[in-house]
Amino acid sequence: MKWINENLYISPINTYIDPSKPVENAIITHGHADHAKPGHKNVLATKETINIMKIRYGENCAQNFQELTLNKTLKIDDVKITFYPAGHILGSVQVLAEYKGERINFTGDYKTKKDKTCENFEPVKCHTLVTEATFGLPVFQHPNEHNEIKKLLRSLELFSKRPHLVGVYALGKAQRIIGLLRQQRYDKEIFIHGALEKLCNYYVEEKIFLGKFLKTNLKDKKEYQGEIILAPPSAIKNVWSRKFEDPIICQASGWMSIKQRAKQSLVELPLIISDHADWNELTHYIKLTGAENVYVTHGREEAIVHWCKMNQINGLALSLSGREDEEDL
Amino acid sequence: MRSFSELINKLLLTSSRNRKVDVLCDYFKNTPDPDRGFTLAIITNSLEIKNVPISKIKEIVRETVDEELFALSYDYVGDLAETISLIWPNKENGNLPQISKMIGILKNINKNELKRKIHSFLSIANETERWALIKLISGGLRIGVSSRLAKTALAKFGEKKLDDIEKIWHGIDPPYENLFKWLCDTGPIPEIDLKNTFNPMMLANPLEDKDFINLNYNKFVAEWKWDGIRVQIIINDSNIKIFSRTGDDISLSFPEIKSLEKDMVILDGELLVGRNYIPMNFNSLQQRLNRKKVSLKHIDDFPAFVKLYDILYLNNNDLREKNWEERRNLLENWYYKNKNEFFDLSKIINFNSWKNLTAIRKNEIIDEQHEGLMIKRKSSPYISGRPKGHWYKWKKDPKTVDAILMYAVRGHGKRSSYYSDFTFGLWDGNQLSPIGKAYFGFNDNELKILDKFVRNNTIKKFGPVREVEKTFVIEVAFDSVNSSTRHKSGVALRFPRIKRLREDKPTSEVIQLCEFKLEFL
Repeated sequence: MKWINENLYISPINTYIDPSKPVENAIITHGHADHAKPGHKNVLATKETINIMKIRYGENCAQNFQELTLNKTLKIDDVKITFYPAGHILGSVQVLAEYKGERINFTGDYKTKKDKTCENFEPVKCHTLVTEATFGLPVFQHPNEHNEIKKLLRSLELFSKRPHLVGVYALGKAQRIIGLLRQQRYDKEIFIHGALEKLCNYYVEEKIFLGKFLKTNLKDKKEYQGEIILAPPSAIKNVWSRKFEDPIICQASGWMSIKQRAKQSLVELPLIISDHADWNELTHYIKLTGAENVYVTHGREEAIVHWCKMNQINGLALSLSGREDEEDL
Repeated sequence: MRSFSELINKLLLTSSRNRKVDVLCDYFKNTPDPDRGFTLAIITNSLEIKNVPISKIKEIVRETVDEELFALSYDYVGDLAETISLIWPNKENGNLPQISKMIGILKNINKNELKRKIHSFLSIANETERWALIKLISGGLRIGVSSRLAKTALAKFGEKKLDDIEKIWHGIDPPYENLFKWLCDTGPIPEIDLKNTFNPMMLANPLEDKDFINLNYNKFVAEWKWDGIRVQIIINDSNIKIFSRTGDDISLSFPEIKSLEKDMVILDGELLVGRNYIPMNFNSLQQRLNRKKVSLKHIDDFPAFVKLYDILYLNNNDLREKNWEERRNLLENWYYKNKNEFFDLSKIINFNSWKNLTAIRKNEIIDEQHEGLMIKRKSSPYISGRPKGHWYKWKKDPKTVDAILMYAVRGHGKRSSYYSDFTFGLWDGNQLSPIGKAYFGFNDNELKILDKFVRNNTIKKFGPVREVEKTFVIEVAFDSVNSSTRHKSGVALRFPRIKRLREDKPTSEVIQLCEFKLEFL
């Protein structure tokens, strides 16, 4: 790690990846708030990530934006930068940096499973892998997402009079859940909390099929019987959700595999659907990259570092601060 | 196992009490005997599977999963059954037997085949079944269903009175086929053997200040709340059975207590140790609890006796419908007729106003003997459970001390993944000495503050234990202090809980251990 340091700083080109404070040069892997912050001078990202940042923080949230297309290499001084799809959300990338023949790949957040709402993940060979580990414990083995969506549809049949409030993160998860429902041929309109509207509209602009969705506008308690309503988890926990009559509280998140977590957040119907790699994806990918060194940015770093040791790979925890488990919000 | 595991999963995730009752009713309706009866037994903690020790399960897991990865996972998830169910890597085809068969297999499993069988069950099970299976083996489901709630569901399911179910409950056994017959109106109410059956006790509600305004003191009596353990005693033909408050038969721990009484009687009282009916402190009583074998020396050092509170049955007559005054008369008659060294009456305290009683509570309480006062309505029948408006307990005020947070461990159950188990200490010279542990007393908001403090101020980790910066002062409430040889500090707190967070208080103002001992020991 001579030319990058533990703050994901690439020294030869004075550039940070996903910095938590405003800097001169930033490469942003994707639009989630713990990775994309406003106030940088120069931002390099995909077109989608730049648009998402502008939607969330305003047109002038950075002084200069530079787009980089997937799989195209940009040479800055002696460093070559290439974006590969990370499969996490729309616009998300892994960042491959090459310098003096050494390849370092920064995964950002990623998942290797197929997802119709973003570019599918592409594996990249490298010498050093800088990886996330949100679900970096062997207890996290995400089930098939279509089966999880079927649970929701079955519950709708069983409790056809109760509104189903589904807690989802506004960027990525919301659109993926809508997409998954459409794949199961659920063609009724889907209702969304106002906080999701702009981002859903943006996904549609990018030609991602979401079908018909409507902002909730509650006048009569009985109005949303048997409907699906998506909202940020925080809205489901506060007074907003009390407007619905006898709702079933659902939440779509990788954390939902832990029953006690679901119970703590009063979730009656947990849907284990995650935008992050689970334990098997994380460990398979580490092997696949052929990396000799693995640095873990955030999540359950201890277990991944231990696994690396078991597999004769150098592992090191960076424990970046300020990275929330965004699905937890 | 499928329907059993889905039932307990659903119960865990349902927070509304009424809905839980509905879920259980549905299950009783749609599940045949003996499955529903065995499930009922497990939910009410009436059935234990003792011959599969949880250590064996851990051993099986250790042989299958990397130990370090398991330890990290368990620390994160905070629940053993969940951790194993999620981490288990193997899959086998097949179906698990239904719950009644599974219990039969587990109860009769022999040592040689235990590991192989359990391993195979874990692999056949889906994740929820695995979780349920381990809960079944380890006992204590912790799914937020009390046995009271299960009985409420039974009452609703069979359209019967809850109190009638309570009265027979301790006289019937799994899988309760006669109970379900009665509930389904295809059989009579099960007959129970009165001489061997515990009757659920009547319990008191805490007295709140606002109660005083509404209560007429004339209608109540008061007695001391003795600091022992509540017991029910059944005497029949000179045989004696002693049950704890939860219905456990503890007769063997107190073999010295005898009565020559031939007639059947059921009494309610407080078991204490001491001489001449003068109780020793609770610490002494503890020397006698949970012992399978009792030595003569123990009996000599800590002789047991009972302060009588109430009478439930006499000569096979159920007295529970009678009011307290009538029962008290019958109790006193019985007592004077059968006087012996093991039975004493709990005396009634005379008072002429609430103010007067308040003064008695303040001035006459003996710390070693009394937990506080009991206030009972004269007209109340003996109602099992904790009925409102009949009996009140008015505990003595807790003691408090400001102490410094030292270590924290993650909680279990609904607090899994929160640091909710705290060790605190006092100064011993310029070092800190831990004096106790507390894992409740705080509200959800305070828990979040504590949890965050632990996460941001950890200085060392010992396995699951985190040592924190010694900067956070908490106010700890406790009922009493005993000297202890087991703890390095030399003291043991009874019933410690975190009363308040004192983030404002500097640690230098926390007292010395020796000052604490001087004040409270």
